[in-house]
Amino acid sequence: MSEFLAVLSNYDLVGAYWLNIQLTFFAGLASLVIGTILALMRISPIPSLQFAGTTYVNLIRNTPLTIIVVFAALVLWPVLGVEFSTDFATNFFWLAVAALSVYHASFMCEALRSGVNTVPAGQAEAARAIGLPFLPAARLVILPQAFRGAIAPMGNTLIALIKNSTVAAAISVPEISILMKEMMENEGNYVIPIFLTVAVGFVIIVVPIGLAVTYLSQRLAVSR
Amino acid sequence: MKRTRVAFAAIAAVGALTLAACTAEPGDTGDDETTGAEETTDDGGDGGQDGTIRIGIKFDQPGLGFQDGAEYTGFDVDVATYVAEALGYTADQIEWVETPSANRETMLEGGQVDMIFATYSITDTRDEVVDFAGPYFVAGQDLLVRADETSITGPDDLNGKNLCSVAGSTSAQRIQDDFADQVQLIEQPGYSECIQYLIGGQVDAVTTDDIILAGLAAAEGSGAMVVVGNPFSEENYGVGLPPGSDQCEPINEAIQAMFDDGSWEAAIEANTEGTGFTPNADLNPPELRECAAS
Repeated sequence: MSEFLAVLSNYDLVGAYWLNIQLTFFAGLASLVIGTILALMRISPIPSLQFAGTTYVNLIRNTPLTIIVVFAALVLWPVLGVEFSTDFATNFFWLAVAALSVYHASFMCEALRSGVNTVPAGQAEAARAIGLPFLPAARLVILPQAFRGAIAPMGNTLIALIKNSTVAAAISVPEISILMKEMMENEGNYVIPIFLTVAVGFVIIVVPIGLAVTYLSQRLAVSR
Repeated sequence: MKRTRVAFAAIAAVGALTLAACTAEPGDTGDDETTGAEETTDDGGDGGQDGTIRIGIKFDQPGLGFQDGAEYTGFDVDVATYVAEALGYTADQIEWVETPSANRETMLEGGQVDMIFATYSITDTRDEVVDFAGPYFVAGQDLLVRADETSITGPDDLNGKNLCSVAGSTSAQRIQDDFADQVQLIEQPGYSECIQYLIGGQVDAVTTDDIILAGLAAAEGSGAMVVVGNPFSEENYGVGLPPGSDQCEPINEAIQAMFDDGSWEAAIEANTEGTGFTPNADLNPPELRECAAS
């Protein structure tokens, strides 16, 4: 056991997890923004916007994340010339954030839409009755209640996002799953302990978030 | 409701039978294997063997271990076939098993394979867990560049260049440790992606062991890529064996015979044809190690 800990101390586990957390943070923020816009499109009264939002969600949600990330790595950057920076590490990090955001936006959208469904129709009707057009009604009346009702499903998406951030390995972001490969390559006699260490690391990150989400969803729920 | 229940029971029964069939097979092979190994020591490996031998190789490295439809090709495969024949197994009795880098030790210890020929470098940490015969080849980390590239002749010319290697591999780690301040490295899940980047011009060189690069260049086939031929490390490819195996001596004898009768050299030439690759002559063919006393 002490030998294994000595082996572990040769590797920057915390640094690798920190990259996963950074990926999650930026992708979470961006997917929340994109997801909100998509949800607005889907609940809007304009059919073409509804169609566009629905198409995006169904298309992206049903594409494997790995395909999206590999698309960013093999098509977006080399073929279409999307470059965030000439520095490789920065470029791949943001390409990974972009791919993760695009993918999770569809789930964020659906989570938010489920929140919209918790808002009674009377609220929207009342907003309309006092003369609010769609966007102000959504901003002032519907969305504030919808977000509070959508905390639990959004938390689920966030937790999925944390774990999905390991897919960024496919685009050369040196996060924990690449470090795990590296450790297994060098320390063949500790393959299973290394694997368990990495898995426990994720549990340590995810469990507090799960607890916080549950607490917040109860605390902030709109009592009806 | 009753009918559904019967249907479920039928499905479960069929499933159980299928599973039983699956589990029975490896067990049988395992039994044959033990007797097979004993016979080898008895008659010096000349007699024919019953049953099969499970040899671990890579399935995705052209020129070394590669699954091409139902065929397996490459230098590792050729050496493994030669050694297996010397141990008394015909080519038909070899069962090829895929052994990815990260699983090699586990699969040897767990008895899923009898020996591994999968660009398996002998290192101190690995030596502690598994046994090695050989080495049968000494590779060195090298660079694969586009054929029209003239500015890269070795690791000293890498300043400001972009490199590609496989995520987590020893080669990628060496670049990060020794050249991190000069080069930009992209780590990819496999070498085929790296080749894409090299052809597309996003990277200037792909780096890993020279013979792997030669195999990749040969598989690409157009002569568009060349191996620089200035290796900057030493990787001793050994035959991975389960800990405490008694097969090390006979395998070493077979490898020595392969060196001596020229088929070793022929195998390298055949698998790196058209790339101008020659193995590092100072180190090849390598001196065989003493087998660990078991």
